[in-house]
Amino acid sequence: MPDLLLELRSEEIPARMQRKAAGDLKKLVTDALVDAGLTYEGAREYWTPRRLTLDIRGLTARSADLREEIKGPSTKAPEQAIAGFLRKAGLADISEAQVATDPKKGDFYVAIVSKAGRAAEEIISDVMPGIIRSFPWPKSMRSGFASMPKGSSYGGIEGKGSESLRWVRPLQSIICTFGSEHDETKVIPFEIDGITAGNVTYGHRFHAPDAITVRRFDDYVASLEKAKVMLDADRRKDMILHDARDLAFASGLDLVEDEGLLEEVSGLVEWPHVLMGTFEKDYLEIPAEIIRLTIKTNQKCFVTRPQGAEEGLSNHFILISNIDAKDGGKEIIHGNGKVVRARLSDAKHFWTRDQGDLPDLGTLADSAKKFNLDLKKPLDQRMAKLDALNVTFHAKLGTQGERVTRIRALAKELAPIVGADPILVDRAAVLAKADLRTEAVGEFPELQGLMGRRYAGLQGENESVAIAIEDHYKPQGPSDRVPKDKVAITVALADKLDTLVGFWAIDEKPTGSKDPYALRRAALGVVRILLERNVRLPLLATTKDADLLSFFHDRLKVYLRDMGARHDIIDAVLTPETDDLLLVARRAEALTSFISSDDGLNLLAGTKRATQLLAAEEKKGTVVAEGVAEELLKLDAEKALWTAIKAASSEAAEASGKEDFQSAMAALSKLRAPVDKFFEDVLVNDEDTAIRANRLALLKAIREATGTVADFSKISG
Amino acid sequence: MTDLPEHMDPKRSFQALILTLHNYWADKGCAVLQPYDMEVGAGTFHPATTLRALGPKPWKAAYVQPSRRPSDGRYGENPNRLQHYYQYQVILKPNPSNLQELYLGSLKAIGLDPLLHDVRFVEDDWESPTLGAWGLGWECWCDGMEVSQFTYFQQVCGIECSPVAGELTYGLERLAMYVQGVDNVYDLNFNGREGEEKISYGDVFLQAEQEYSRHNFEYANTEMLHRHFIDAEKECLALLAAGAPGDNANQMLHKCVFPAYDQCIKASHVFNLLDARGVISVTERQSYILRVRTLAKACGEAFLLTDAGGANFGEKAA
Repeated sequence: MPDLLLELRSEEIPARMQRKAAGDLKKLVTDALVDAGLTYEGAREYWTPRRLTLDIRGLTARSADLREEIKGPSTKAPEQAIAGFLRKAGLADISEAQVATDPKKGDFYVAIVSKAGRAAEEIISDVMPGIIRSFPWPKSMRSGFASMPKGSSYGGIEGKGSESLRWVRPLQSIICTFGSEHDETKVIPFEIDGITAGNVTYGHRFHAPDAITVRRFDDYVASLEKAKVMLDADRRKDMILHDARDLAFASGLDLVEDEGLLEEVSGLVEWPHVLMGTFEKDYLEIPAEIIRLTIKTNQKCFVTRPQGAEEGLSNHFILISNIDAKDGGKEIIHGNGKVVRARLSDAKHFWTRDQGDLPDLGTLADSAKKFNLDLKKPLDQRMAKLDALNVTFHAKLGTQGERVTRIRALAKELAPIVGADPILVDRAAVLAKADLRTEAVGEFPELQGLMGRRYAGLQGENESVAIAIEDHYKPQGPSDRVPKDKVAITVALADKLDTLVGFWAIDEKPTGSKDPYALRRAALGVVRILLERNVRLPLLATTKDADLLSFFHDRLKVYLRDMGARHDIIDAVLTPETDDLLLVARRAEALTSFISSDDGLNLLAGTKRATQLLAAEEKKGTVVAEGVAEELLKLDAEKALWTAIKAASSEAAEASGKEDFQSAMAALSKLRAPVDKFFEDVLVNDEDTAIRANRLALLKAIREATGTVADFSKISG
Repeated sequence: MTDLPEHMDPKRSFQALILTLHNYWADKGCAVLQPYDMEVGAGTFHPATTLRALGPKPWKAAYVQPSRRPSDGRYGENPNRLQHYYQYQVILKPNPSNLQELYLGSLKAIGLDPLLHDVRFVEDDWESPTLGAWGLGWECWCDGMEVSQFTYFQQVCGIECSPVAGELTYGLERLAMYVQGVDNVYDLNFNGREGEEKISYGDVFLQAEQEYSRHNFEYANTEMLHRHFIDAEKECLALLAAGAPGDNANQMLHKCVFPAYDQCIKASHVFNLLDARGVISVTERQSYILRVRTLAKACGEAFLLTDAGGANFGEKAA
C-alpha cells in the first residue's frame, strides 16, 4: 500500500503556532482523504520552525467503485414526482431507470447510479490546494508577486490580489510524493500561486543550504538529519532539556525548568545546541522573579540556581542556539551575555527608579490628599500618579483611582466582618494598585502585586499591608494560594466583589466560554476565601443583584462538587436567597456526614415518605389541619412521634441558631425511631377526616422539623 | 571587501556600516534615497515607505532615516537608549520570495558569519496605531540581540496592501555596537579612524542627546505644541481638500498628497513630544493616536488617486 509524504516549507512559523498547525494539517488531510473514499493505516505529523510535515502510511491506491440504488416513486406516480426523482438520481430520461416490483407498492422505479473509484493521486491533488488555501492559522498574511492586483502580473506570476494565498509567513515550497514501499514514488504536482508541489526540500538554513531530493518519509528524515534538521519536535525538546540539565549540573547548578519556555525554544531551532552564559553577580540583588522573567521573556533563555537551593538564582543562564558554531559557541555566548547584561541593567534601572521620587510631585497633591498618601514615599507617589493620570480601568467603570476609592470603601465595611484592623486595611487598599504605575510592572505585568509588596516592604509598610498588596489578587483559580492574613483577606474580597458588582452593573457578564474579565475566577476566589478562611459574609449586603447571587451559587456548587460534595446535598441546603456561603458549606458538610450514618439514612427515608405522602394529599386537595391537635392523637405511635418532633424541633432549632449543624442533625436523628414506628403502626388515611387531617399535620411537622436544616426532598437515595 | 582601507571596514566604522548597506542594496536594485527632511519616529514614516507601500506599483528603495523617540531620551546617561538614532530602511514591493536570503546576505556583507553567530527569526507582529498599519514578520536576532525588524506589510493607512511590500529595518547603532564590540553607544567609532583623527558617536551626538533630553522632558513649550498639533491637523485636511479631484475628466487625480502627508508626520511628532512631557492622560493619548491615524488614512486614500499611487496603473498596463 502506498505512503504519502507532504511537507509545507515556509519562512519561520511562530513557535506557539507550530504544534497545533501540524495537528490541523493531519486532521484536514486525513479527513479529506477519508471523505473521498480512501483509507489509511496511520498518519503522523511533524514540525520545525520552517516546515509542517505529514507522513501518511498505507493509503489505499484508489477509492472503491460505488454502486448506489436510489428508490423512486411508483410507475403510476404523477409527472412531477417522476421529474423530481430524475433530478435526484441525475438521470436524463425515465428510460434510464429500472422498474422493480414490490408486493405492497406495486411497480416502482429504481435508478442504479455507479460512481467509478478515483486514483488516490487524483484525489490528493484535488483536495490539497483547498486545504492549504483555507488553513486555520490564527493569523495569516499574503505576500510575494501573487499579491499583485488581479489583472496584473510580476516576475511571470499572475497577480491574485485578495485571493492570493494567505499563509502564516511566506510559503516557500511543497513536497508531495506518493508511492508504495518498493516502487519509485511519484510527485503529485498540484500548484498554488506559482509554487508547484515536488520532491525537493532544503535542510538547515546555514549548515546545509543545498537542495535535497526526497523519495519517501524514511529517506526524507534521514536526509534532513544529515542536513542538520531534527524533524521531531519532541526529540528536540528532550535533547534541549537533557543537555541543559547536564550543562548546569557540570557547573554545580540546577536548571530552573520551565515547560512553556522549553516548548517555545524547541520551536525556534531546527538543530539545537545548548550553551551556558553568565552575567555579573551584582545583578543578583534584583528580585529573582524579575531576573527570571527578563531572561525568559526577552531572551528565551533558562535561569539556573545553585544545586539544591530552594530559591535564589545563580549568575549563569542557559541558551539554545540554532547552529553548531565553528568556534564552539564562544561568539554566541559572548553576544548573548552582552544582551542579557543590558537587559538586567535595564531591569536594575527600573527596580532602582521605582524606589526613587517621581519628577512631578507638585502635580500630585490633590490625589495624595484624596487617598491620604505620603508623597515622601515612592509607592505613595505611584498611587497618586495612577489617580492623577486618570488611567482608565474600564470605559464604563471609570478610572483606576475611582476603582481604588470603591475598593477602599468596601474594604472598610468588610474589615469588621473579617476581623481585620481597619487602619491597616485602609492603607493596604490604598496601596494595592499602586504598583501598576511602577516601571517593573509596566515591563512585566505578571509581576503586579509581587512588586508592590517588595516596594511596600522597602518603604517600611506594616508587614500585613505589604502581604495584602501581593495577596489581594489571590487566589487566581482553583489551585492558587488563598490569602491568610486578615488584612489581605479583606482587601482581596473587596477587590473581587467590586469587580463583580461593577461588571454586573454594566451587564458585562461571562457568557459561554467568553469571560474576558475573568469574572468566574473572581467569584471562585470569593467562594474560596469565604469557605477556606471561615468568613461569614452576607453577600446581599454587598449586592442586591439576584443574578449575581445565583452566579455565586453556581461557583459554590462547582467548588463544593470539586471538593467531593454530592450535588443533591448542595441543592438540599441551598435556596435562591441564601447569601451566606460559609453557612451553606457547613450545612452541606453536616448533612453529608449525617446521611451517611444509619440514623440519617432511615430518617431520610422516613422524611421522604412523609413528604411524598403529604405532597400527594396536598395535590389532591385533602384537608391538612393547621397544626397538630393533641386531643386527636389516638395511637401511641403518633403520640410518641409528636412528642419527639416537639423535642427534636426545638433542640434542632436551637442548635441551628448557634450554627451547630452537627448537633441539629443529632437532634433530628432522634426522630428516626418514632418515625419508623409511626409508619409501621399508623394508617394516615383514617376514615375520620379530622383524624386524617391531624395525621397529615403530623407529617407536615416532620417536614418542617427537618426543614430547619435542609430540604430533604432534594436528596436522592 | 579586502581591497577596502581599514577605516572603511563596517566592523570598525559606523559610517562604513551605512555605506556597506548602501552598496549592498543598491546592487539589489533599490533606489538609494536620502533621509526624509522632517522629524519622524521611525523609518516607516518616510513617504518612500508609508505612501509607496500603497497602490499597485512596484517599488524598491533603501535609505537611512534619523528617528526621534522623545521619551527615550536618557540625558546621554544610558549606554543603549537614545532619543535620536538611525534606522536603515529597505522596502521591496512586491517582496521577492528570497527576501530572507537577501537580508542574510546583507548581514554577511557587514561581516556577520551565520556559522559563527546565531541568526534567528523570532515572531514579531508589527503594528503602528498612528499609521493605521500592520504586518507580520519577525525580530531578527543575532546572538540573542534584536538587530532588525522584518515585516510583510498587510495594511497601511487603513488600506489593504496589494501587492504586499517587505520592509527591513536595521537598528544601526545596535548593529554597529555589535560588530564593533563596544558596550556603550557613545564609544562607537564613527569615521573608522584612530587617534587624533577618530570621531566617535559621542563626539557627534552626546551633547545633542543631553540637550534634547532637557528639551523633551523639561523645556518644550507644551501650549505651543498643542497649538502646533491643531495647526498641523487642520492644514493636513485643508491641503487634502484643496487638492481633491474635481468632477471633470481632466481632474481625476489628487493634486496635493505629499505636502498634506508632511503635516500628518508633523502632528505625529508633536504628539510624541507632548507624550514625553507627560501632559497627555491615558484617555487623551488614545484620542491623539486616533486623530493622527485619521490624517494618515486620509493621506493614504488620496495617494491612491495619484499617479504614484497607481491611479492610472491599469490603463498603462493595458
